[in-house]
Formats: sequence, C-alpha cells, structure tokens
Amino acid sequence: MSEHIVPKKTYYIIFFALMAGTALTVAAAFVNLHNFNIVVALLIAGAKAFLVVMFFMHVKYSTKLTKLWVAVGFIWLFILLAVTMTDYLTRAWLTYKP
Amino acid sequence: MSLTATLPAANAAAQTNGEPLNYLNNGHGIRSWLLTKDHKRIAILYLISVSIFFVIGGIFALLVRINLLSPNGLFEPDTYNRIFTAHGIVMVFFFLVPAVPAILGNFLLPIMIGAKDMAFPKINLLSWYCYIIGAAFALTALVAGGVDTGWTFYTPYSTTYSNSNVLLTGIGIFIVGFSSILTGINFIVTVHTMRAPGMTWFRLPLFVWAHYATALVIMLGTPVLAITVALMALERIAHVGIFDPALGGDPVLFQHMFWFYSHPAVYIMVLPAMGVVSELIANMSRKRIFGYKIVAMSSLAIAVFGFLVWGHHLFVATQSVYLGIIFSFLSYVVAIPSAIKVFNWTATLFKGSISFDTPMLYGLGFIGLFLIGGMTGLFTAALGLDVHITDTYFVVAHFHYVMVGGSLMGFLGGMHLWWGKITGRMYPESWARAAMVIQFIGFNLTFFPQFLLGYLGMPRRYASYPPEFQVLHVLSTAGATILGIGLLITIIYFIWSLKKGQRAPANPWGAAGLEWHTSSPPPTENFLVAPVVTWEAYDFTQTEPKAQ
Ligand SMILES: [Cu+2]
Repeated sequence: MSEHIVPKKTYYIIFFALMAGTALTVAAAFVNLHNFNIVVALLIAGAKAFLVVMFFMHVKYSTKLTKLWVAVGFIWLFILLAVTMTDYLTRAWLTYKP
Repeated sequence: MSLTATLPAANAAAQTNGEPLNYLNNGHGIRSWLLTKDHKRIAILYLISVSIFFVIGGIFALLVRINLLSPNGLFEPDTYNRIFTAHGIVMVFFFLVPAVPAILGNFLLPIMIGAKDMAFPKINLLSWYCYIIGAAFALTALVAGGVDTGWTFYTPYSTTYSNSNVLLTGIGIFIVGFSSILTGINFIVTVHTMRAPGMTWFRLPLFVWAHYATALVIMLGTPVLAITVALMALERIAHVGIFDPALGGDPVLFQHMFWFYSHPAVYIMVLPAMGVVSELIANMSRKRIFGYKIVAMSSLAIAVFGFLVWGHHLFVATQSVYLGIIFSFLSYVVAIPSAIKVFNWTATLFKGSISFDTPMLYGLGFIGLFLIGGMTGLFTAALGLDVHITDTYFVVAHFHYVMVGGSLMGFLGGMHLWWGKITGRMYPESWARAAMVIQFIGFNLTFFPQFLLGYLGMPRRYASYPPEFQVLHVLSTAGATILGIGLLITIIYFIWSLKKGQRAPANPWGAAGLEWHTSSPPPTENFLVAPVVTWEAYDFTQTEPKAQ
C-alpha cells in the first residue's frame, strides 16, 4: 500500500516544480501565440497534474494495478471530452442547409 | 465431495441452546443493526430500504397508468409531470441501481469467494448511510411537491424554467451516487484481495464476474453523474452559463454528460441481474454454464463498450450526423456480448437436468423478456428509424422490457434462489410459481401495447392523447394492475415466510457454489472452517440433486 516513505526533499522539489509551472503559465499568458495560448496553458497544467498524481498522491510508489486504474480513469475522462468535442467539430459539416 | 460433508457438520456443531448461531441472532437491538459492519446485515438494511422505494415507485407507476385510462387524463398536466418524474427517479436511482448489487451482491459476493467480509466493512456501512441521506433529500423534495423535469433533468428547463424541487432532488441523487461508488470500490478490492485459497479468477461464479464488471462501470461512470448534477445546480443557483444558451451555454452538452453516465447505468442495472441469471440457469439445470469464460468476458466487454454508445440518445438533438453514424454502429456492436450471454444460457439448458422451480421460471422469464428488450433496442439504435420512435412509447416499452423484464426478473429470481440462504426460511413454492406467472402475464399486457402505441405515434410524458389510442392504453393499465397484484403476492408470502416458512437446509436446491457450503442463514464469519477451493465453478459432482 502507501506505506512507502518519501524523503522530504522530493516533496520540496515537486513543490518548486509546481511553482515554476505556475510562473511559466502566467508568463506564457503575456506572449501572444494566438490559438496556441490555450494549448500551452493546458500542457503546463497537464504536466503539473501529472506531478501531483505521481508524487503527492503516491501513484509512483503504488502497484501496477493502481497505476492501471489511474490511467483508466484519465482515459475515460478523455473519451468523454474527446467524443463530445467531436460533436461540436463536425456538427456544421452537413452539405445541405435544412 | 469431502467439503460438502465437513462444513455443514462443523457448522452444526456451533449450536447454542437449540438455534444455531448465525448472523441474524448474533446480536440484538437496533444498535447491532445500524452500526453493523457485517456485509450480510448491511444487505438486509439495503433490502428493507430499497423495498420501501420499490413500493413508492410502484405506486407512482399505478398513478401514471390510472391517469392514462382516459384520453383527457385524470390529473392536471403539471401534476402528471410530477408523477412520472417521481416514478422515474425513485425506480432508477433508488431501486434499480442498488437492487441487485447492494442487496444480493453485498450478501453473496464475499461468501461466494470464500471471504469473511468485504475488504472495507466500514465503507460498506457508509454506503448505506449515503443511500439513506440521499433518499431523505429525495423524499423531502417529493413531499414538498416533487419535480417536473422527468428523471433526465434536461436543460435549460431544469436549470432556468422549472420551479419545482430540482435542487433538492439533485442533491439527493448526488449523494446516493456515492453510495454506489462506495459499493463499487468494495466489490473491486474484495474480488482482488479476499479470494479464498484455490479460488482463482476462472473459478469465480459468473455472479461475481458480473458484479466485478458492474463495479467497473459504477466507478468510471457515477462521478460523471455527480459532476453533471453539480454543474446543473451551479447554473440554477449562480446562473453560470454552462447548459443554457441564453447564458452562453449549450443544452446538448448536458445530454452528452448525462448519458455518458446514464447509458452505462443501464448496465449497472442489468449486468448484476445477468450474473443472477447465470446462477439460476446453472443451478436449476445442474450444468456448468456453456462457454463459462466467454460469458465472463462478455460482462467485461459490456462494461467497456457500454461507455461508447451514449450518443444514441442524441440522434435528434442536433448532434453531428457523422458522430450519430458512429454511435449507431457502436450501439449495434454492444448488443453482441448481450447476445452471447443469451445464446450461452440457452445452450446450457440443452441436455440439462431442468427443474421448473420459481428461480428457474424467473431465469427463463429474464431470457425471453430481455431478448425482446434487447432486440427492440436495435430498432432504437438505427439512426433513421429512431427519428420516428424517439420520445414515443416505443422507447418506454423498450426500456421497461430491459429494466423490468431484465433487472426485476433477475432480482426476484435471485431473491427466490437465495431467500432460504438469507432468511433461513423457504418461501411457499406453489404461491411463488403462481405469482411469477401472474407477473409475467401482467408485464407483457402492460408493455406490449406500448410498442404499438409508440409506433403509432403516442409521445411519452404526455398527460392526454387522441381517443383512438384509448384501447391500447386501457389494456396497458389493466396489465399494470395484474403486474401489481402479482408483485403484491410475492411481497406478502416473503413476509409470511419469515415466521411460518419451512426451515431452509444448507443447500435446498442441490446447487453449486461456496454459499451452499455454509449453513442457512450463515454464521457471522460466513464459514466456521475457512474454505479451500479445489474444484471449478459449477461442479455439480460436489452436490446431491435436490431432494424431492
Ligand atoms: Cu442508451
């Protein structure tokens, strides 16, 4: 289970990495990348979430089965978001106007 | 062979002043029940509370049918809206979802794998309290005037226009969702970690496989329901524009999120019942289920593919046509694992030593009715035909064949098979057979005319209708009355049998499975001698046929 003892140092490193990520997000917001601003912001946020899940939530030190479960949870969220967005993307593709 | 002989003998040795010590007489008083951590007692708590909601939901069903006796309707349209919404919400969230897993699953799953209890007994009790708290919110909303949105809470009506108790009911559903999540966690962890020595994955009864698959669906789907209800509440209270176009939201987004849970929820309701039917068919024909592994895997296939078809509820909701084609195709695909089960149950009957006791009648009833429910599902999954039958009584009939013909038949079949195990008393066999036949006739008379009504164009959720539909509506109401009487008979003899029924032996059916290797009712620790499994599932050489 999660009895694995993580050295305090690891937590500090992850904490500063998260803070750096936040600073980076703010900085990136001031650069005009047009459509890619949102992509950059989401990529940084995704990386931060990954660190939180792996280190703060101890998934890195858990069994393969736990890792599988965590992955499945995110894959299911991806299914919900991706398929729903597919709807919005292709809704207007009809060739005739009703 | 040896185990059958030793375990009941060992259990009989535990007799204390006449009555053997079991989970029912081990501790008395209200505290011993409300603070219990015994999975069997929690199952009884669930049985009582879920049954109460079944009766409430049933009364609303009868009110719906009474209203539709005359073309003009009996109630005011607004009252009627509240009645069918109450019927839907109570039956779906407070009866069908918890019925088989929280009662039969809770009671049997640990025993079937040879465990003393669930992996997390306190979480198991917490799940029942979540159910009760959620139920209290929903009941309060009901008493305060009810909800008029339909059980589906479609936006923007639910968030902007309805002035009924949407919030209160939403909170109730949010909380009751956690009751099923907690049950799901317990099932998964218990099956992974608590199996008895020798109980390998492919020696698990199909009931356990089905409940494992159900737990996966619960864990992956229910959080989305919680989020959807929470966002609905947020828009209703704070006018955050998520679903209402007037606020900049999109109402179809609600339908995507709602059905991402609510289509898989159909499998939460029917998969456990399929697990029950596997036990009914195997034990009542004394044969190992034909194609055991394929039936086990089909449960997992349903759990996974069931999440990829939700868009078939949105064919006429301005959903992209291209996405509609994919959802239609995938809805056909998901019918395959269900069909595999039906074929394999039927093949199991071949050359079996078949008994027509009540559990078998329910098992066969399930196969026949679920077949009709499933096949008409293909009608509604067809992209073109669905335009004609969307939101008609055809859909109502279809999902009642799945929910009542499937889940309820499975639930009642399981209650009859394991009634002796759970209560220590047998139900009266001839009454039970008669009640099942009455229910079967009543059910078909209720819902078959609704297929015709729907195809002719009768919309669902309407309080009134053109006079030419009256004959079919009256037939349907007559059927509902017969169905109600059949169910009432079952409730009465079950209660009667608690005091007057014959004492149940450890294995009244000559059935296979670890639960029949312990006394009826089982002791608190389930087995006095920890079982070691050395045989495959459904090995009927382990047991004698039922004594005549
Ligand atoms: Cu569906």
